[in-house]
Amino acid sequence: MTAATEAHRAIEAIWRIESARLIAGLARIVGDMGTAEELAQDALVAALEQWPTSGVPEKPGAWLMATAKHHAIDLIRRRQTLERKHEEIGRDAERAQENIDLDAAIEDDVGDDLLGLIFMACHPVLSKDARVALTLRVLGGLTTEEIARAFLVPASTVAQRIVRAKRTLTEARVRFEVPGGAERMARLASVLEVIYLIFNEGYSATAGEDWVRPALCEEALRLGRILAELVPADPEVHGLVALMEIQASRLRARVGPSGEPVLLLDQDRTRWDRLLIRRGLTALERAERLGGAMGPYALQAAIAACHARAATAAETDWPRIVALYDAVAQLAPSPVVELNRAVAVGMAFGPAAGLDLVDGLLREPALEAYHLLPAVRGDLLRKLGRYVEARAEFERAASLTENAAERNLLQKRAAECT
Amino acid sequence: MRVLILAKEDHQVRAATPPTPEEMAEFQKFNEDLVKAGVVVGDGRLYPSAQGKRLRFDGKKRSVIDGPFAETKELVAGYWLWQVRSIDEAIEWLKRAPFDAGTYEIRQIFDTEGM
Repeated sequence: MTAATEAHRAIEAIWRIESARLIAGLARIVGDMGTAEELAQDALVAALEQWPTSGVPEKPGAWLMATAKHHAIDLIRRRQTLERKHEEIGRDAERAQENIDLDAAIEDDVGDDLLGLIFMACHPVLSKDARVALTLRVLGGLTTEEIARAFLVPASTVAQRIVRAKRTLTEARVRFEVPGGAERMARLASVLEVIYLIFNEGYSATAGEDWVRPALCEEALRLGRILAELVPADPEVHGLVALMEIQASRLRARVGPSGEPVLLLDQDRTRWDRLLIRRGLTALERAERLGGAMGPYALQAAIAACHARAATAAETDWPRIVALYDAVAQLAPSPVVELNRAVAVGMAFGPAAGLDLVDGLLREPALEAYHLLPAVRGDLLRKLGRYVEARAEFERAASLTENAAERNLLQKRAAECT
Repeated sequence: MRVLILAKEDHQVRAATPPTPEEMAEFQKFNEDLVKAGVVVGDGRLYPSAQGKRLRFDGKKRSVIDGPFAETKELVAGYWLWQVRSIDEAIEWLKRAPFDAGTYEIRQIFDTEGM
């Protein structure tokens, strides 16, 4: 490996480590994310030009921040001369000047900076797609191409989403801030939603050939773990981390030898990741200790924990799962929750009881095209020995899913109904 | 991907002289940075190999060997389990450790493949 390639690989890795903190620190100075990201990119370009010959500096993060801050001050001065009337920018420049101290460049208020950046990237003014793309880009340090590959969309689509998102933030005058009080709760909920969306896209891919994309789960988990360190007193963050850790513990067991999905009750539980289960249960305890046992993520984590604690599928505490779904349904009633509850009721009290509940959902408009409704119904019918009906339901489910691996599984289940 | 960071025992032998409070604080700061970045998923320090045992398998025969073990440079004294995106990222993190001696090994754990 030549020195230049080595330097490039080092820069890429350093960028992954530093970019979020860098953009966050710059966003605090300049106020808007678009400018902050441009300044950070400029610093990256400078590193790519200089480090292959000068060598990687001893404190690469501080170097990048110092370089970017010099650019920031230049930029602010230029803006200042252009629009002298904007007093606020003058204050920004002063603040930036104070911040130029090299040693302190990275260390001061990094936590608050990062939190401010997360809140900005997940701002409710943005669409879900935009929040996801922006979060992976500025907090995960992923390139547009990597995000595009993960979501199976063209890179130009992601690039456009990010550009538009930044423009929306500017137009809506979203400033860099860490909100407090009731607003903080609402904004945090948006952040958790984005992280869980990323996780879920990796956990059960809605489209494409692969059933799971573990790398996306890893990104989401990492973001969740970072957030849990930033707001350790918030129970729901730990609830979400618990949910993701426990679900991720099954990643290996959820995919068969040829990439086919393996359903929860059919999984080889010895292949579950004990470390992630332990981390998940610890995070759940933390959420409960903080008074968050009834939070939506903590409740789902508690359900996941019921499965994690059962050494075999037969040992699952289904009545407890039914009770937990009751709580979820009260908190956030939705047809999908009712469907999940029906599955648990079917396991706890027999397939006929489950089928009664599922049949009550057949006219639900939100579930009209939801492949899991016929899949669940087919499963209950099969258990009741009503094979012809079961087969029709599995076939319908197969026709509704957009994931190829899942479609194959459902077709296989249909064929087994004889 | 997950990597295992192995601290080799030559470091631990040296560490027979306990670290100064400053060194400890520096190390704690480094470890905290790793945790805050969502990198650390597990860690542990091992007792010296004098307290260790080895089991050797030879056909049906099993023999237990008491520590300490001779090949000091190859002995593991502690480990970290890290979640990173690449070996390069692990290298960059490890370079930031406040160590002034010792050997640390980065090994990727076999798992479902990364992005």
